[in-house]
Amino acid sequence: MTQTTAKAPEAASFPELDAILARHGHNPGALIAILQETQEVYGYLPPAALRYIAARTRLRPAHVYGVATFYTQFRLQPVGKRVIMVCQGTACHVNGGNTIFQALSEELGIKEGETTPDGEFTLQTVACLGCCSLAPVMMINGEAYGKLTPEKARRIIRDLRGQPAAQAPAAPPANNTGR
Amino acid sequence: MPEQAQPVILRVGLGSCGAAAGGLKVYEELKTVIEREALPVQLKKTGCLGLCYEEPLMDVLRPGEEVYTYGHVTPERAITILREHALGGNPIPEWLVAGGGHTSPSTAAFLGKQRRIALRNCGHIDPESLSEYEARGGYTALKRALTEMTPEAVIQEVLSSGLRGRGGAGFPTGLKWKFTRQATGQPKYLVCNADEGDPGAFMDRSVLEGDPHSVIEGMLIAAYAIGASTGYIYVRAEYPLAVKRLSIALDQARSAGYLGENILGSTFSFDLEIKQGAGAFVCGEETALLASIEGRRGMPRLKPPFPANSGLWQKPTCINNVETFANVPWIILNGGAAFAALGTQKSKGTKVFALAGKIARGGLVEVPMGIPLREVIFDIGGGIRGGKKFKAVQLGGPSGGCIPESLLDTPVDYESITATGAIMGSGGMVVMDEDTCMVDMARFFLDFVQKESCGKCIACRMGTKRMLEILERITSGHGREEDLSTLEELANRVKETALCGLGQTAPNPVLTTLRYFREEYEAHIRDKKCPAHHCQALISFRINPDVCTGCGLCVRVCPVGAITGERRRPHAIDPEKCIRCRSCYEACRFHAIQID
Repeated sequence: MTQTTAKAPEAASFPELDAILARHGHNPGALIAILQETQEVYGYLPPAALRYIAARTRLRPAHVYGVATFYTQFRLQPVGKRVIMVCQGTACHVNGGNTIFQALSEELGIKEGETTPDGEFTLQTVACLGCCSLAPVMMINGEAYGKLTPEKARRIIRDLRGQPAAQAPAAPPANNTGR
Repeated sequence: MPEQAQPVILRVGLGSCGAAAGGLKVYEELKTVIEREALPVQLKKTGCLGLCYEEPLMDVLRPGEEVYTYGHVTPERAITILREHALGGNPIPEWLVAGGGHTSPSTAAFLGKQRRIALRNCGHIDPESLSEYEARGGYTALKRALTEMTPEAVIQEVLSSGLRGRGGAGFPTGLKWKFTRQATGQPKYLVCNADEGDPGAFMDRSVLEGDPHSVIEGMLIAAYAIGASTGYIYVRAEYPLAVKRLSIALDQARSAGYLGENILGSTFSFDLEIKQGAGAFVCGEETALLASIEGRRGMPRLKPPFPANSGLWQKPTCINNVETFANVPWIILNGGAAFAALGTQKSKGTKVFALAGKIARGGLVEVPMGIPLREVIFDIGGGIRGGKKFKAVQLGGPSGGCIPESLLDTPVDYESITATGAIMGSGGMVVMDEDTCMVDMARFFLDFVQKESCGKCIACRMGTKRMLEILERITSGHGREEDLSTLEELANRVKETALCGLGQTAPNPVLTTLRYFREEYEAHIRDKKCPAHHCQALISFRINPDVCTGCGLCVRVCPVGAITGERRRPHAIDPEKCIRCRSCYEACRFHAIQID
């Protein structure tokens, strides 16, 4: 139903994507995994890559775009070197999670989903990280920081500033298995 | 218990919370020292023991001796424990939480009323070791099922156990298996729902991180019973460590012949694949989850047809939750009757809960069904942290509700919890104290549902949006007298008309707080006051000059420069500049900041 008739692949070439696509073959239902691996390579989903995936998998571009925009894990914009995910779970909320977010937003001068002009930090929220006993919690490039106070959260950001990022920003929350 | 040949074993709790609490640093420090000095000590990882409030945890196992568990371990303490206890044989009582007659009263209270079936191995084995799982009876249930039981007999055993779906809805597991077995169509699929999306819930993560083989074995038994040859474990993307440990366990099970063709020499073949979610709460709903496995947008569809008849790629599909599967090997080994002996008449066995929020001892607990909520929160969890007063406990996440103190003697079973207006849910139990605003809690969950609504049906997409707008109005001080009746009417309409379980249960947090905490809503609307001093628009901050020492700490933490004053003289807050961020309130060591 979502298959298109033969369509010429785009001129742009994506050697990294070819490897991913070859690995998944024509496995039905592989689209989400393909998009996850693509995001790991580029840090986000470039529109041209989405069109390329659609052409190669013979799925409609609208279907690919629809899936890419449905799931919160996928980003269509590049992100900073470090992605901060502030947990908004129930336990974090009752323990003052919103004050942590406000403090970070002020410290960095950006709002939710934005990236600092120097490309260092992207500020995001996440529904729940499942580390409820450490609430309030945030995760930066796969590493969780617990029992935060607004001041502690600011300090962590100041300490990280200028240090080289330990992990690629593409990691959380995708396939960061290297805990 | 007897352990392997290695002389002394050190075991560090490295679930996600343990690692984040500092366990990883402890592990790395121990590893460095043991390797550098070539010490005769074996260093291991284990999953979550449930004592999250004591993390990081570390066990010392000396041959022929009981297990000693240390809490709040730092890298420095770990080295001291290594030298004094592991090598020297002298335990350090003041750091112990359990073992050697030094079990602390709080640990004894925390563990005393628990009965661990689904969590039987968590915190006791290395989740990355198949042999440790086997040493505790792992995969013997599978062997028994394949060699001594017909698929029908397996289903009968699970039916007689009374096991009901632990994902929250409580459908009898054996019945689900029976329907899928009886359904026509091939192949049949088996799916494990590990998309634990309820904020405040981490039971399934802990099982997957601490004992992945128990879930795989449970799935193998289920697959044999229903006649499935392919299975999927759908894990949410926010659980990278669970995915890693599951992948390791799947490889081990495949190499050992527990997965693949002709398992253990039988005619039964089955293989399993991990599917990672991509961040959508609605995918916990089974038809949405199936759409996501098929690579589509995770949107629910109408039932019937039920997945048992038409699921993945329109084939018969059985979907169970992580905790449900983890119970299955125990039931096969010990018999359905042993499981049914625990619990109440309609809710058998045990249930795992994630205790969090304003609780003194937060963690993972497994209790027999029927235990009163009060015992879970006060006896096991130690009550409210910091001497505050209990206000409510939230069960069932965005689909559940807030239960007040007057109903704390409600027994934990599906029907009794439902009667309160909440639901059993998957096991998140978030405890709230006098500082938690119940109107804000309702707003919080509606905000969550609104963000996660897939948008397919108008009841959920627009109904919850209108409800959220009303709640935002009330918490920001612009509530109107008619808001409560409008809210109730909308809530009931959404409940009746939403397409899927997410939408149908979304009004529960609003309905339960309206039912039990209506006076808080009225205070917001009529008096423009937040009784819990939480809602920013309805509170103001001032400094009590009799208590303020003029230390200047609040001046330093205030992000907008609203606090001024001479050093060692009482300070003052400029209400015009104050953004009510609470930073000063949290920072002040003398309780000089007051909220009105």
